[in-house]
Amino acid sequence: MASYAGELSPAVRVRSLHRSFNEAGGVLNGLDLDIAPGEFVALLGRSGSGKSTLLRALAGLDRGVAGTGRIEVPDKVSVVFQDSRLLPWKRVLDNVTLGLRSDDAAQRGTQALAEVGLAGRERAWPHELSGGEQQRASLARSLVRDPQLLLADEPFGALDALTRIRMHTLLRRLCEVHQPAVLLVTHDVDEAIVLADRVIVLDGGVVRHDAHIDLGTRRSQADPAFARLRALLLAELGVEDDHDAAPGRHADPRLDERAAS
Amino acid sequence: MTTLTAPTRPVAAAEDVRPTRRRLGPGEPIRFGGLIGIAALLGAWVVGSATGLLDPRTLTEPWTVVETAGTLVENGRLQESLLTSGVRAALGLGLGVAVGTVLALVSGLSRIGESLIDGPIQVKRSIPTLALIPLLILWLGIGEPMKIITIALAVFVPVYIHTHNGLRTIEGRYAELAETLGVTRGEFVRHVVLPGAMPGFLLGMRFAVTSSLLALVVVEVINATSGIGHMITLASNYGQTDIIVVGLVVYALLGVTADAAVRFIERKALSWRRTLAS
Repeated sequence: MASYAGELSPAVRVRSLHRSFNEAGGVLNGLDLDIAPGEFVALLGRSGSGKSTLLRALAGLDRGVAGTGRIEVPDKVSVVFQDSRLLPWKRVLDNVTLGLRSDDAAQRGTQALAEVGLAGRERAWPHELSGGEQQRASLARSLVRDPQLLLADEPFGALDALTRIRMHTLLRRLCEVHQPAVLLVTHDVDEAIVLADRVIVLDGGVVRHDAHIDLGTRRSQADPAFARLRALLLAELGVEDDHDAAPGRHADPRLDERAAS
Repeated sequence: MTTLTAPTRPVAAAEDVRPTRRRLGPGEPIRFGGLIGIAALLGAWVVGSATGLLDPRTLTEPWTVVETAGTLVENGRLQESLLTSGVRAALGLGLGVAVGTVLALVSGLSRIGESLIDGPIQVKRSIPTLALIPLLILWLGIGEPMKIITIALAVFVPVYIHTHNGLRTIEGRYAELAETLGVTRGEFVRHVVLPGAMPGFLLGMRFAVTSSLLALVVVEVINATSGIGHMITLASNYGQTDIIVVGLVVYALLGVTADAAVRFIERKALSWRRTLAS
């Protein structure tokens, strides 16, 4: 657990990381990864490709999992889970400030809630919030700790499509303000392209594809470059362009054959 | 029944021609429905006594019971007995709840504690507490300590079982969250474990209150020289059914009051999930 003061050294440095849950085979097989301070990295991969295992290893939550390798992460790491994981018996503000030991914890918590658009809901119980609001509260809980590294495990996976779009905007804005390094695990290729500076595709426990996204700050799905990148990433994930591959949509038999393989 | 429970529709239903099916559920709830059966039973008692169908030697007339209660209050016997019984039950309950909670915490928070404590309590659970009374009398005599400890023994098991269960069923994901937030073990217990086990504890409390009254009745009937149970035993020797009935009513009131108290605490302490339940 070394921390890096210098700008040049990476926030996260992972070297030849191996993790396995049973003797049959590893989930991570010698993975190397660097994340620069303030860099937003999206981690894509099929189910079972080791995305969550990597994230849990970085979060230090993989006690009892066999493995070797070096992991260097900053001192201040926050995790956002897929479920908001708010304690149901604590009010929203108390959830946000849980474990904070500074004197102005309540004030900072209130400020963090305002930042995610939950001003005035400090005294609400978690179950009184909608799913999107709960996830905002959990974002506030992470950001109030000023993390140097934010680990997010499919944080928007359980939200509806409209709420998800709003959350994307919010997360981008928060990251511009707080400048943490981010590792976002996601299934959603569009989400990865919209949010990240860099997209990594994990396959077979190693990095299969690692690319910076040069689409500028305003990213639109209407942009042809967006579509090309999308197709490329889907191909890396083993999916030929999903919509066109739907059976019966087009006449070209060769394409159908390719999609089926 | 159906005519009683049929919902009253707004008057302007003339144009509403929806085909409605016959209702299969039990229908709208009746206000104060729980009291109707009790009132009917009391009514039957009054009518039976008034018409002479109920022999006063079997069951005293209700008005005599009221009269007797008045006399007992006037000469102070009822208050005195109630106080003795109440203190006994409260001491036993308090001791049992304290012991049960502490054991549950030790057993729920450490594996060593669980190995040492859980087994013996499961064994104790299978022995009815009242069967221990002969042994307790030999050890402690027939005074107050025996009575209080018998009540405590009956109380601590449900408190332990439900609190322990509450502790064990706190979701692991909350522990994981606490780890990522870097909280200390003390903070984890205070903010996650104790509130998480609260519903279990309060459920245990409701069972405990019932158990304490049951044990109270038994220890007061054996060898007691004071308390409601003693009053009932004496009355039984002299065939005074009116005093017996007064005693039973007092026990019932004790039970209802105690249960209401626990429910009240439950509502206050678990307000975070009140809207879920209602």
